[in-house]
Amino acid sequence: MILRELSEIPGVSGDEARVRARIWEAVRDRVDGGRVDPMGNLITWKGANRPGPKVMLAAHMDEVGLMVTRIGDDGLLRFRKVGGIDDRVLAAKAVRVGPDGVPGVIGLRPIHLLKDDEAKKPVSEQDLVIDIGAASKEEAERVVRPGAYVSFATSFGELGDGLVKGKAFDDRVGCALLVELLALDFPFPLFGVFTVQEEIGLRGARVAAYEVAPDLALVLEGTSCADIPGTEPHGQSTVLGGGPAITVMDAHHIPARPLVEGLVAAASERGIPWQWRRTAFGGTDAGSIHLTRSGVPAATVSVPCRYIHSPCAVMSLQDFDNTRRLVAGFLEDVPRIAARLAAGRA
Amino acid sequence: MAALYADVQHLEQLVRAFAQAFGPSGHEDPIRALIRRYVEPLADQVSVDALGNLIAFVRGRGGPGARRVMLAAHMDEIGLMVTHIDDKGFLRFAPIGGHGPATLVGQRVVFADGTAGVIGVEKLDDVKDLKLDRLFIDIGAEDRAAAEGRVQVGSAAVFAREVTAAGSRLTGKALDDRSGCAVLVEVMRHLRAESVPHDVYCVFSVQEEVGLRGARTAAYAIAPDLALAVDVTASGDTPKGETLNMQLGKGTAIKVKDNSLIAHPWVRQLLVDAARAHGIPYQMEVLPYGGTDAGAIHLTRSGVPAGALSIPTRYLHTPAEMLDLRDVAATVDLLVTVLRQPLPDPAA
Repeated sequence: MILRELSEIPGVSGDEARVRARIWEAVRDRVDGGRVDPMGNLITWKGANRPGPKVMLAAHMDEVGLMVTRIGDDGLLRFRKVGGIDDRVLAAKAVRVGPDGVPGVIGLRPIHLLKDDEAKKPVSEQDLVIDIGAASKEEAERVVRPGAYVSFATSFGELGDGLVKGKAFDDRVGCALLVELLALDFPFPLFGVFTVQEEIGLRGARVAAYEVAPDLALVLEGTSCADIPGTEPHGQSTVLGGGPAITVMDAHHIPARPLVEGLVAAASERGIPWQWRRTAFGGTDAGSIHLTRSGVPAATVSVPCRYIHSPCAVMSLQDFDNTRRLVAGFLEDVPRIAARLAAGRA
Repeated sequence: MAALYADVQHLEQLVRAFAQAFGPSGHEDPIRALIRRYVEPLADQVSVDALGNLIAFVRGRGGPGARRVMLAAHMDEIGLMVTHIDDKGFLRFAPIGGHGPATLVGQRVVFADGTAGVIGVEKLDDVKDLKLDRLFIDIGAEDRAAAEGRVQVGSAAVFAREVTAAGSRLTGKALDDRSGCAVLVEVMRHLRAESVPHDVYCVFSVQEEVGLRGARTAAYAIAPDLALAVDVTASGDTPKGETLNMQLGKGTAIKVKDNSLIAHPWVRQLLVDAARAHGIPYQMEVLPYGGTDAGAIHLTRSGVPAGALSIPTRYLHTPAEMLDLRDVAATVDLLVTVLRQPLPDPAA
């Protein structure tokens, strides 16, 4: 499956070219055309001149990661985070540095050498270094420059019964879904948009939506899933295996009710399991898309992923497939949903 | 002092009717339907945009100095959104807009369909533990199934509170910014009675409380030459309150700045000059935080000269907001005064 490949390709915000190239290879025969905009968004379309509502599906190609900021005299690399990463997950992780994927490890003093209270606190990004095995600054500079992107070196794998693990499921699951959905045909103009720089402020989607100027938009995401010990039931955003998660509100967007109701109806009528996303934190590309030009009705549907924004997430293939079925159903229902949108404005 | 243009009694009726209607951010249908009934007979054209903004257009008579003017008041109010329903039928919620947990404890809330609830709190060892995630809504449901018969995840509630008069003051929920909506309707009544040079777009915007969202898309569509937001602002006249210039009963507040906007100097001066020339009570507003729709509007397209008129209001974002009707009337008076005159080109 393409998710395996997409998950393993490095593509930290601003460095999405390799992800984009693989996606274009996968969709070029499924769409009428595509172009890369100045920010790097891949905008593809099918039936652009058909009548009916112009629908935009969006998934972001970028992932959270790191960037090298300075190379020390000792050959160790200082870095900063790109996107939201919990400092606690950084230490002792294997990474790949720069366009050539130089292997490295995020270094941390071993527990034997820590003072009593040091071991009780998470280490901040400023106190961590990336060790690429260079003995000096000169040696490190032969393979790495400040500004080099760093991604986690995590291989995709299968887990338990129908689960998979890997990096960057946020949002390569959305990209993989969109690649599959672009194989389908609908009687209205459909724009499949693979965006850049979502993790650092929903940036790519903003200009892509301006370009596409859709009548309605649906964002495909990988969202948090906290059905794990230590989380109160009302703090659990979603449950793994519970089906696609429909957002009712997040920090950047209140989805258009007719779209939310359209998603619920599409699931119910086809017997597809689904769940509400039961927290209101975070944001998706919908946060910038809906404010484009004179406004775009938008909604978000997500595949639950445990441990997102870390080197390794866990996802259910059944949730992935049910999300694909739900979005396909939603697209079949677009005429009905568009009529509801129009009625709400009359 | 009597108002120049505002019919204070009518204005009070509008404020009361609008403030008591339901309409948290993203769920503005009931308040939009209500305001629409008032503006349909007053406007040349009424439309609703993709985000739900209600845009009422009143054509001007044109001539030299005629501009495209946008007035904006937000019709959404703060509220609560259900995020989780537990086995015993209690609801957890996320805030829609800015809420303080201390204000919420013990409040009555109401959902769009009239379902009533109260806000309860977990047993706390220390009052410092009072956070929003320790609160819940109790709708009197015996279990999850009973609760799900009445509300869903995604259902929104607002404070249940009537508007009450206290002297020349009104107190209630959602005076932020239904009082501004009332101002716009009252201004439209005058535009209908006496035509002005300008094409005026009165925007009753959505989702201001969650980030000035509706005004942004409305301003893009309208592309105005000049924009004024009408909203409430904080006051500094309560015991040991904040040090702020604004006081209840001292007139409409002409905004200098808040966190979203530095009022265009030309717009600010226009308002100050008009207020002075016509003896309309006013005060200057410098708010060290917060924002209004003007903050989103002025950054639209290649920029829009924008300012704001504010109604000083106590106890903002509580069910007991309080304002002085005379300030609301002065806001109407100043807007009508400004709109009656030709406006110079701000770029000239």
